[in-house]
Amino acid sequence: MRLRDDYEESRWHRLEKWVDGDIDPLEGRMEIKPPDGEKDENTKLPEDGEPFFDEEKINSVVYDTAHNKELKLFRIIYRLASVLLCVTLIGVLLWTVVYLPEFGSPDNPINNEVSARYIEKGVEETGATNFVTGMILDYRAFDTFGESCVLFIAATCVLVLMRLDNSSSKEKMKKKKEEENDRLYEPKNDLILQKVSCVLVPLIFIFGIYIILNGHLSPGGGFSGGAVIGSGLILYLNAFGFKKTERFFTEKTFRRITLAALTFYCLAKSYSFFTGANHMESGIPLGTPGAILSSGLILPLNICVGLVVACTMYAFYTLFRKGGM
Amino acid sequence: MRIFEFCLLAGLIVCALSVSFTKKLLTSIIIYMSYSSIMAVIWVILQSPDLAVTEAAVGAGVTSILFFVTLKKIRAIREEKQDETEG
Repeated sequence: MRLRDDYEESRWHRLEKWVDGDIDPLEGRMEIKPPDGEKDENTKLPEDGEPFFDEEKINSVVYDTAHNKELKLFRIIYRLASVLLCVTLIGVLLWTVVYLPEFGSPDNPINNEVSARYIEKGVEETGATNFVTGMILDYRAFDTFGESCVLFIAATCVLVLMRLDNSSSKEKMKKKKEEENDRLYEPKNDLILQKVSCVLVPLIFIFGIYIILNGHLSPGGGFSGGAVIGSGLILYLNAFGFKKTERFFTEKTFRRITLAALTFYCLAKSYSFFTGANHMESGIPLGTPGAILSSGLILPLNICVGLVVACTMYAFYTLFRKGGM
Repeated sequence: MRIFEFCLLAGLIVCALSVSFTKKLLTSIIIYMSYSSIMAVIWVILQSPDLAVTEAAVGAGVTSILFFVTLKKIRAIREEKQDETEG
């Protein structure tokens, strides 16, 4: 395939680079790094085993309770107030429980016409025989959109907190050391684990894919199937190490898959925020309830949610393990 | 069936209590895993297999693995290992 001559300048190429993390749109326009001159010698990290600071000493200097009578008083009041606050909170919450509707009573507010309608007309309107999925991906699809965004945001936050910056050589050394440390106490090339995961991982993947694709027919759906696939990926990673998984799953894959899935979901369902959660006809025929290719948009949306969840689960694990993907 | 349900619920309570009373963090995570597995069976009995699959995959699988990794990061597992080899 020949690339167009002006491909480097095209919008698509720039989008691709942005997705892959090669360019940062804010770079050069925002001051990100601290200036070099301000590095303090005292902030260098301690050697292994040496305590970072003497906690008792600092505490005795800061909280000089022998001479500071106000602080002593404050501490007593603080403890009393915290206990009081806790007791009040418990009391208020228990008091509220009294006013909750009785458990299991038929005239509770949750037993209203909405759920009755979902049960009666759900199959007819959404085409999904599993009307839990019909509910969360058709009637309440905007809720599920928020849910998958929450997962994505959680992954981003973990990335911000746990990511090891490998820009400076010192950090690189530290990272290398950390990685070695990480591998030291786990079975390297454990034969039992590898053989068992050879059998189990394909089965787990197939089961996960089955759950996702049959989300509108049988129990399950995007979230559970994605979680199953994610745990399968984690098992594979534990058995064979990062080298093998990086052949098919890197940070680029994660970025591309999550971006594509969330964008598709957003384009398909985010109109609900503007129409006040009212339904709009997608134009896709619903098909016969019970067939795989039925119920309109539910199947692609299930696949999107499943992809996002599987990638996020795996990303959580790798970020916790080594601070990067 | 009724007796089985009672056994499961009793198991839940035992797990929940023993999580808070175990000294070792590793043990408490494994008990937490078994709590999630029992909960998954209870979800099936309560006729919500959707939740059962999610509970088994997320509660017993991914969450506890994340706990394990965290324990490793804060060096809580390794110390125990050394203790075992010494003692």
